[in-house]
Amino acid sequence: MNKRLPFGLAMIFLVMPCALLIAFTHYPALRALMNSFWNNASSRRPSKFVGIENYQTLLEDDRLVQVLLNSTFYALGTIPIAIGLAIGMALLVNAKLPGTSLMRLSFFMPTMLPMIAVANIWLFFYAPGIGLASQILGVFGLPPINFLGSTETSLISMMFVAVWKEAGLFMIFYLAALQAVPENLKDAAKLEGAGATRIFFNIVLPLLRPTTIFVAVNALINAFRLVDHVIVMTRGGPNNSSSLLLYYVYEVTFSQRDFAYGATLTVLMVALLGVLAAVQYWVLNRKAHYQ
Amino acid sequence: MTHGLNRIMWTTLGLVFAAVWGLPFLYSVWTAFHDEIYSANFVWNAPLTVENFREAWQAAPFALYFLNTFILITIVLIANLVLCTLVAYAFVRYRFRWSGFLFALIMVQLLVSPEILIVENYLTLSRIGMIDTILGIALPYLTSAFGIFLLRQTFMTVPVSLDEAAQIEGAGAWRVLWNIYVPLAKPVYLAYALVSISFHWNNFLWPLIVTNSPEVRPVTVGLSVFATVESGVEWSLVNAATLMTTAPLIVAFIIFQRQFVANFMRAGIK
Repeated sequence: MNKRLPFGLAMIFLVMPCALLIAFTHYPALRALMNSFWNNASSRRPSKFVGIENYQTLLEDDRLVQVLLNSTFYALGTIPIAIGLAIGMALLVNAKLPGTSLMRLSFFMPTMLPMIAVANIWLFFYAPGIGLASQILGVFGLPPINFLGSTETSLISMMFVAVWKEAGLFMIFYLAALQAVPENLKDAAKLEGAGATRIFFNIVLPLLRPTTIFVAVNALINAFRLVDHVIVMTRGGPNNSSSLLLYYVYEVTFSQRDFAYGATLTVLMVALLGVLAAVQYWVLNRKAHYQ
Repeated sequence: MTHGLNRIMWTTLGLVFAAVWGLPFLYSVWTAFHDEIYSANFVWNAPLTVENFREAWQAAPFALYFLNTFILITIVLIANLVLCTLVAYAFVRYRFRWSGFLFALIMVQLLVSPEILIVENYLTLSRIGMIDTILGIALPYLTSAFGIFLLRQTFMTVPVSLDEAAQIEGAGAWRVLWNIYVPLAKPVYLAYALVSISFHWNNFLWPLIVTNSPEVRPVTVGLSVFATVESGVEWSLVNAATLMTTAPLIVAFIIFQRQFVANFMRAGIK
């Protein structure tokens, strides 16, 4: 029944909306690739073609190495923990216990807040001396920790913030998945004498797998995309210990005004996302064979 | 009996966990409602005050920031709803050359979101002279791959017979869209609107880069400017401002809790 798209309608339906999308997605990506082969223009001389010079800088950039390590550690640390907590939260909220609405509110609230508000809240929480974190340490007679101000703890402190913000959102997806688990499967397992733990690991968890893949993909994109808390809480410091890739791009481009290197880093970031997408595609395909 | 004990244990565990999880937020709320002298020492019966909110409200043009956010959200939401509907409709109802390729091209935005491309998008914006405008903040977000995907999935579930019946009655492309597809997708539009509003209310990095003057700053950027200037000075003010700028969303969430959760789920499953 599908008809051929008349030219006039195509212009309205597709060309205008897609032109906007391409102008701010594909065009800038290609433009970044192009600009990465040119240097910065200054008031005295226009920008000139420099070949792979920017990429040589990239390879010799020690700060970039640290930022990439930070980002990897950040993603590998926050995503599994947030997913684990989200499953726990979803099980609790789904268990029809008294006080469920209170639990749901508490778990989901951080997700509603803008990352910048979350950052302010945690900045205060971590504040040396005043913050609740150091007061709690004080109650136990432990020495105060400068959570955001020392190179050993700054990244981990940021990871706590990210987990706190994201876990509630993931909980919602798991809640939906849990409610879709057929009761008769669980009943059948119970009849066979399986305990609650067994039911969870052998029936519920495998059924949550598609949700986990969906959540993991989103979490990974978010780990790249969301650096608001870095800007507000540490500005990547001290000594780059909490700098993430997108924050580094932001800093290089908009503080140091090095647009050429910013473009080069953008190319790196898009390439990384592409590789990760390919890996995810492979994982998803593998999943299809299991079903 | 063991079952009852288990239940009590899990309830306690759940409530304790929820309390710990809520602690940073509650501490911030507590500080916002108390005088600055209590922000370092917790006294359970310290006098409540709304003075911090009044002071924060006057210390920065928050009314203007709220207005800017409101304008930004309105522009993005209307553009998203209209443009995504048209694109999704074209994909579902018509066949044309390269449609699969074009769809894949659009879906790239799910992965490479506008935040990733801040460097070049900033240059584009400055080339067309849209830096420091609200429309400039909105521009990269006007067409959303997520919206197109969501609406396409929904439109595909519209029964073909309905569409054909309308055509026999003589309805053209626009009437079919408006009278058949759009009404059937209403819940999805609501879900998408909620997700989109909360996303753009919370968005920070791109507006931070694009804006330099208070006249166009959305609430998130306004809050960060306020909090940096005042930082270290008065925590109670910063906390009050933080709560104030998020209050509309929190209130909306508490009112629409059920729909909100349901809609987030729907958005996720698709």
